[in-house]
Amino acid sequence: MSIGLVIRLLVLALLVAFLVSPESFAFVFEPLTKNNQPVIYNQGSLLDLTLNHLLIVAIATALATTVAVGLAILVTRPFGAEFLPLSRSLANVGQTFPPVAVLALAVPMLGFGTAPTLVALFLYGLLPIFENTLTGLTGLPPTVTEAARGMGMTGRQRLVRVELPLALPVILAGIRLSTVISLATATIGSTVAARTLGEVIIAGLLSSNTAFVLQGGLIVGTLAVLIYDGLSAIERALTRRTGQGARANA
Amino acid sequence: MTTADITSQSRTAWLAFDKLGVLIALIAAAGVFLPFAVYRANRIVLGEGVLISSALNAPWAILLGLVLLVGVGMMLLRVNPLAKLGVGFVVLATLFVLIGQSATFLTPPDNTFSRVSPGAGFWLLTFAFALMVTDALTRLKFGPWQRIGILAAVGVAMAALLWSGAWNDLSILKEFATRAPAFWAEARTHLLLAFGSVAIAIFAGVPLGILLYRVKPLRAAVLNTLNIVQTIPSIALFGLLIAPLAWVAANVPGAAAIGISGIGVAPAMVALFAYSLLPIVSNTVVGLVNVPEAANDAARGMGMTNRQRLFSVELPLAFPVILTGIRIVLVQNIGLATIAALIGGGGFGVFVFQGIGQTAMDLVLLGAVPTVALAFAAAVVLDAFVEMVSTRERAQ
Repeated sequence: MSIGLVIRLLVLALLVAFLVSPESFAFVFEPLTKNNQPVIYNQGSLLDLTLNHLLIVAIATALATTVAVGLAILVTRPFGAEFLPLSRSLANVGQTFPPVAVLALAVPMLGFGTAPTLVALFLYGLLPIFENTLTGLTGLPPTVTEAARGMGMTGRQRLVRVELPLALPVILAGIRLSTVISLATATIGSTVAARTLGEVIIAGLLSSNTAFVLQGGLIVGTLAVLIYDGLSAIERALTRRTGQGARANA
Repeated sequence: MTTADITSQSRTAWLAFDKLGVLIALIAAAGVFLPFAVYRANRIVLGEGVLISSALNAPWAILLGLVLLVGVGMMLLRVNPLAKLGVGFVVLATLFVLIGQSATFLTPPDNTFSRVSPGAGFWLLTFAFALMVTDALTRLKFGPWQRIGILAAVGVAMAALLWSGAWNDLSILKEFATRAPAFWAEARTHLLLAFGSVAIAIFAGVPLGILLYRVKPLRAAVLNTLNIVQTIPSIALFGLLIAPLAWVAANVPGAAAIGISGIGVAPAMVALFAYSLLPIVSNTVVGLVNVPEAANDAARGMGMTNRQRLFSVELPLAFPVILTGIRIVLVQNIGLATIAALIGGGGFGVFVFQGIGQTAMDLVLLGAVPTVALAFAAAVVLDAFVEMVSTRERAQ
């Protein structure tokens, strides 16, 4: 076991321990409170908030992945070619929209709560995945697709057996970016009354209780770093595998 | 099959339907049958939608109908993109002028409480024609100066529209009118946060990038650390900085006097700076690593010192890549600066979060629209710059 892995497991264990029994860590945050303010967030269970936060991100990212990969496949097929230039610039323009703006503008249509957060996360999460899938599918070496064609593969077989597996690491990089952005946007989602970890930070800011702000920030930050790290590891493993696969094909 | 193939196959090519056009026309059609404007008795009650036919004086409604008909026709046919671009801009201009007209028409005389804002129909129509314009622009592949020119023309047109008072009866401008001084103050803060943090990050990040390029063993460690910072969600990072900065303010003499404190502009600035470092540093390293060895050899052969080589060969050759990093960071920070409002740092986010708190969506728009416009303009201008410096380099 490498040192990196040990550190990661330790951090994860510490995070889980804190979420399950936050009171045992009260002494860490004690010095940050003034005037007998509560030390540990007391308007809901931290574990519930964390699970809810992760659930929202998971649903939004799963939906965004399905739709974005589907759309990217459509516009890279011959019959969708007319949509390719526009969809490429749309993905580019769309990412200049700040996530907060997307979130705030979803409220008039959907009211307060989890719904606008999910929609904002979904819409905003689409773009990096879509852009990366496009890059992955259009950037394949022509020799590989030619070879597949030469082997008599149909368009569908080429897509499923050659193009998608080779594009997978790039697509995964898009999913990783999208997940990290979603984790951050979900935190801001608590300003529109979604039950996420942002609640802890904002409650701390409103009552100027630095202990709350710090716990919320630490939980969200640690989650983001661990998830980012885990997805990067999967990506590296896949790149290694498809790299070998590509060599075998050539 | 590309568009060119299809065009060459059929003699009456322009009569053929444009697949993309059909899709956009469906969006536009939905927009026609949805409320063009929304009328509310005051700024926070639910509104009632008003269709185009009753949202405008009869002559204006007929004019809008005709313009939309021509616009949708152009969408459907396979005509020259330049013609589509022109018609698209005319339709958008008509929509923008008439939404103001509609607000004037729907507001009862001497009623200062009622609000008129654009309805779903207006937004869908704008979206459809903006798609048409974007598609035409993508196909026309304009050069960098032309793109900046178009952006400037659109900016001037919008400024003229706002200046003329044609929109004064729209709800978003009523929100603006009651807080104009605050708006300009927050706008200054927002620009200071976004541009200031990027400027500091350039001054710190480029030398750091050069250092990492020269001292290879440091590279992975520093880049990984910056990567972790980049991963931490913005509001969490803002929050995590409150405690240390409050400590600095309380314990370092003079720190509080120059404006450092736990909440406010200081933590926002530090967080935005921290976010900006990774793209700038890593792009500097990548740009320098990719300088062709031949260029470096030639420079060495000419007897250049390391320092001369850095300033007259390596940095100029790496510049487009560094500029791409700056573009990413600037657009990102213009958006992230809205979050600063949550920790008392000001900026356009103040209106967004106030609006969310009061369920006054026009106030949210007052914060969100300038932010989006600013981010978009910055992206267009810097993309153009990146293209200019990279083509100049290739030409040399």
